[in-house]
Amino acid sequence: MITLLVNGESHQVDLPPDMPLLWALRDVLGLTGTKFGCGIAQCGACTVHVAGEAVRSCLLPLASVSGRPITTIEAIGATANGAKVQKAWLDTEVVQCGYCQSGQIMSATALLDRVPQPTDADIDTAMAGNICRCGTYVRIRKAIHNASQA
Amino acid sequence: MNAIAPGTSRRALLKGGAAAGGGLLLGMFLPGLARVAVAQDAGGPSGSGGPGTAAAGFAPNAYIRIDPAGAVTLIMPDTESGQGIWTSTAMLLAEELEVGMDQVKLQAAPPDNKLYASPLLGEQATGGSASTRADWIPLRKAGAAARTMLIQAAAQRWSVDPATCQASKAMVTHAESGRSLSYGELADEAGRQPVPKDVKLKDPATFRLIGTPQKRLDTPAKVNGTAVFGIDMKLPGLKIGTVSASPVRGGRLVSINEAAARSVPGVQDVVRLDDAYAVIGDHMWAAKMGLQAAAPVWDDGPNAGVSSASLTQALDAASRGDGVVAKQKGDPASAIKSAAKSIDVVYELPFLSHAPMEPINTTIHVRPDGADLWVGTQVPVRALMAVAHETGLPPEKIQVHNQIMGGAFGRRLDVDSITQAARIARHLDYPVKLIWTREEDIQHDLFRPFYYDRISAGLDAGGNIVGWTHKVTGSSVMARWAPPGMKEGGRLDPDAVEGAAETPYDLPAHRVEYVRAEPQGLTTAWWRGVGPTHNVFVVESVMDELASAAGKDPVSFRRGLLGHNPRALAVLDLAVSKSGWNQSLPHGRGRGVALQFAFGSYVAAVLDAEVAADGTVRIHRADVAVDCGPVVNPDTIRAQLEGGLIFGLTMALYSEITLSNGRVDQSNFHDYRMMRINEAPVVEVHVVDNPAGSIGGIGETGTAIAAPALANAIFAASGRRLRRIPFATGQLASA
Amino acid sequence: MRMILKAGVAVAALGFGAAAAMPASAQSDLVKRGEYLTRAADCQACHSAAGGGAFAGGRAFTLPMGVLYSPNITPDAETGIGRYTDDEFVRVLHSGVARGGKHLYPAMPYNSYTLMTRDDALAIKAYLFSLPAVHATAPANRMSFPYNIRAVMIGWNLLNNPDHRFTPDANATPERNRGAYLVEALGHCAQCHTPRTATQGLDTARAYAGAVQQGWNAYNLTSDAAHGLKNWSDAALEQYLSTGHADGHGPASGPMAEAVQYSLHYLTPSDIHAMVVYLRGIPAQPDGPEAPLPVVASQSNPDPGRQLFAEACAGCHLPSGEGRQSAWASLRGDHSLGDPSATNMLQVLAHGSQIQTDQGLMFMHAFTRAYTDPELAEMANYAITQFGGRQGDVTAQQVKAVRDAAEKPEKIGSGS
Ligand code: FES
Ligand code: FES
Repeated sequence: MITLLVNGESHQVDLPPDMPLLWALRDVLGLTGTKFGCGIAQCGACTVHVAGEAVRSCLLPLASVSGRPITTIEAIGATANGAKVQKAWLDTEVVQCGYCQSGQIMSATALLDRVPQPTDADIDTAMAGNICRCGTYVRIRKAIHNASQA
Repeated sequence: MNAIAPGTSRRALLKGGAAAGGGLLLGMFLPGLARVAVAQDAGGPSGSGGPGTAAAGFAPNAYIRIDPAGAVTLIMPDTESGQGIWTSTAMLLAEELEVGMDQVKLQAAPPDNKLYASPLLGEQATGGSASTRADWIPLRKAGAAARTMLIQAAAQRWSVDPATCQASKAMVTHAESGRSLSYGELADEAGRQPVPKDVKLKDPATFRLIGTPQKRLDTPAKVNGTAVFGIDMKLPGLKIGTVSASPVRGGRLVSINEAAARSVPGVQDVVRLDDAYAVIGDHMWAAKMGLQAAAPVWDDGPNAGVSSASLTQALDAASRGDGVVAKQKGDPASAIKSAAKSIDVVYELPFLSHAPMEPINTTIHVRPDGADLWVGTQVPVRALMAVAHETGLPPEKIQVHNQIMGGAFGRRLDVDSITQAARIARHLDYPVKLIWTREEDIQHDLFRPFYYDRISAGLDAGGNIVGWTHKVTGSSVMARWAPPGMKEGGRLDPDAVEGAAETPYDLPAHRVEYVRAEPQGLTTAWWRGVGPTHNVFVVESVMDELASAAGKDPVSFRRGLLGHNPRALAVLDLAVSKSGWNQSLPHGRGRGVALQFAFGSYVAAVLDAEVAADGTVRIHRADVAVDCGPVVNPDTIRAQLEGGLIFGLTMALYSEITLSNGRVDQSNFHDYRMMRINEAPVVEVHVVDNPAGSIGGIGETGTAIAAPALANAIFAASGRRLRRIPFATGQLASA
Repeated sequence: MRMILKAGVAVAALGFGAAAAMPASAQSDLVKRGEYLTRAADCQACHSAAGGGAFAGGRAFTLPMGVLYSPNITPDAETGIGRYTDDEFVRVLHSGVARGGKHLYPAMPYNSYTLMTRDDALAIKAYLFSLPAVHATAPANRMSFPYNIRAVMIGWNLLNNPDHRFTPDANATPERNRGAYLVEALGHCAQCHTPRTATQGLDTARAYAGAVQQGWNAYNLTSDAAHGLKNWSDAALEQYLSTGHADGHGPASGPMAEAVQYSLHYLTPSDIHAMVVYLRGIPAQPDGPEAPLPVVASQSNPDPGRQLFAEACAGCHLPSGEGRQSAWASLRGDHSLGDPSATNMLQVLAHGSQIQTDQGLMFMHAFTRAYTDPELAEMANYAITQFGGRQGDVTAQQVKAVRDAAEKPEKIGSGS
């Protein structure tokens, strides 16, 4: 049994310890806001926070997160920066297909948690691991600045 | 593939084909004969096939439902894959229906070619940057007809002249008497009104939605994780599977270790097809581990020897033969022969994978008496027919639940994955969600064709173009996907030459040919702006080569050929002026310009790029000007051009699918690279205000303009002319 | 290559070995012991090719004198070792002479295996003969003159094969002797970690000073502080050998990852400990790249490599290089970061690396297809500066050389 502490709720799951967190979230706990894009930590669609740090859940074995606090897109709006980022995303009309955006928002929130007033360069580095096939980068930059000012 | 689906008469398709104007324009754009008319023919208020028809209330056509409680549901004929079409379509309907954007609910149209065929595409399909062009008149008419009937109902109830009533915000008001009724209250009576024969559209001066930046209706759910994409389906009893198909097309599955796959904890089933196998489990991890444990043995079949080298060789050989003539004006060949200066060059564009962010997936439940399909598809009718064909079930027993898509880019205009899913699901008695891994998604994509272009052109002593010949060699997507769209007795693919046969320029002598050459062992497909994305790169690069040979500025060289084309001239001038074209740049940096007319829109772009000493390219800024005629949602136009440009820059810099031993070499984002935020330039989009112009498409325009503008900027920065995509494969590094 | 699986048991039962005559339980003990020893001697990694059967051979080795393919060592009578007698088998391990008098090339580490006891060699044979026979012929070797004349190896052996068994050091503890036997005879660690002489023999005067093998740096294992293992704790060494990573020393990759996955991972804690005890006593040699310096990664480095690292690498390794996805993703202290020419880093970038662990498969893909030579050079130099505290001097030309070697049909090293 592994204890998963997701969005403040504790779940006991009987799953292989090497199973990546992504599939436990999506297929077992039903939290499908976290997306599968590549499975090799290259696209960032699966980004969640573990103890406040943005990580790629697609390569994160359950054994390594047992008992540690996990936050997903479904609950990030309950944090101050998460709410700011979501609002900025809507105000700036960032989203196109939206598939990458859960991950983008998780990465952006982690950035603001660390660097409240990021420069363009800070944004580029923090967000470089999140691919957007629709190419919403121009607006992501704008939205993060907006959120940091909010 | 069944191109002919329920509701589409073969004659209609053929007629469409004959009228094809290039690209995906299979049908004829006849306002009044298009969507709304078809919808009304199909039964008007109580028509069959449309959603929600059983409920009481007002359903004047296939796009609008108003229930007695006042809920307004708009039925979306086009599919949403991020391009914002649901919002634009809703704006068209809401504008004329006189409802607020906050008062509508949107619903995907069910598969029905009779009700929802695009008059531009000839069937119910979303692609070709055609949606707004197709919807512009018909959906406004649909909204206006409904509004007229609601007003009539109110006027009748109050016994007043309808002309004295006003509709606004889902209410009809009689100002004189101060009375008003909500659409809900009027729904039943409105349903009994005659459908107006000839509705009057609103005067554009009174538009309150069209032309204004409206917030997209699909975004709130996409920022908090609640949006449901196809891959997010949840159903009682649902299992999750993943698939592996023969790594070489045409290969066969010889054996798998089924016992090993089944021994993986959580694995439920293993299904073998002759060219693939699937492992189904309680979750994707079990399925994935099972897929690996199965250790398949394949018989590679006849395409085992195919490689990029063999395919390119075949194209090169084919390009030496005669093609079918797509354009002939004057005698360019002899003009070039006697020209003062001439160029004779080959351009190559590689196979491309779509790699939408949401990997290919299909959720399906096949039962003895029917089937349900949950999928994000650009072609719901084809999806339905694929399931019917594989299961033998009658189409009316199959429900397609179309989902929003995490990107499509033409990939979801094909239903190969749905056919495969239906084959697998036939062996299972529960609903299954089949997810392709990214590796499967890239390696079993249907690729954008490889194009091999030969161009010759000549200049006179004054640096004026005297002749231009262009021979396009490559696979025809049209011939496979929509054979009626072919011209010249099935030999000319109008899409393959779109942007080459007709350019914005006045060329004195011009010949364009097409040679169809299908790649061994590969199926090719639509890919965000197939024809123009290829041809505009070639034409605009050569235009730059000629300007340079003539010793002229690339902008003034182009301007000299645009005397007859004021819209093209205007977008060119706009982009150029916004870019600061004449201001100097630091050493190693340069500006490149490109101009296109495609999908009915005029676009010009200026890119400012830097080429470092080691060949690394950095794009600083892009100015894009667009004239697409009337603007529905200006913010969506900007978004599509920004995103489309980055999509096109990704292609130009990085994208290439190659093959060795019949297998695709690339497999995931570590070797099929995407542009990332740190590489993305500043993009400024400048929209020309031209409400009187003919309306154009937008979704693919930014993609098509990107590569030529970048190639020309790289030339300006480094003096290096790149004629092969992708650029960043060391082409610049090996100076 | 087509494989035909035969009933291995039947072949073994017909076998020539003494094993066939033993009582069943003694035989199964022998096979078990043989399995452990086969692992300790790491036979599988070299005698298996990607996509082929275990022990069926066919893996390519590119050496300075040509390309060699490992033979099939399953008990198949025609293509494997099914016809070997005990003496013939022992002769291969001790003298490098195959059945019929054919001299082996020293890609087969018989100059280490020669130290093995006859009993252990026969236990390995018993184990191999218990496996299913696989019918598979390895491709023909392509050696250049004069090495294509196998008799040349006779001279080589005179020079380079001691041909004697392991003799315990009377002054050492049994533990240290056990470690010596594991390291020298079975583990054949010297084959990669000891520099070679002009004739490709082991340069015993510089034992374990580190060497470049098939493009990979096999690091210095001596007790030197800057270059070797002096600064590793016993616990870290044991963790590294048995799991493929050690906290503060990074992960094993390439051939070392294979050695851990196929061999060291299976050894008992006491055997691993014994190896460490022995390694500790190897005299210091100040050779090869130095270990990285302890550094705190700075986040404000404007290096262009920083962006590349952020997009391609940080997903697993984190911007700080600390790694987050798994313990194997931590770059901190990795010896490769102390190597200004990034020999191993470039190999990993060109070939990828993977290791099967108790926590699942840890893998890294190759990045040469999507990134250009200058970009990969920048990326590598950034990592060396940021996480290794040294100045990287990787050039695009170096990357190109590694890329070109990786794209040749006969791959070096990983064989994948
Ligand atoms: S799915 Fe995890 S990074 Fe792409
Ligand atoms: S919005 Fe579609 S992938 Fe980012």
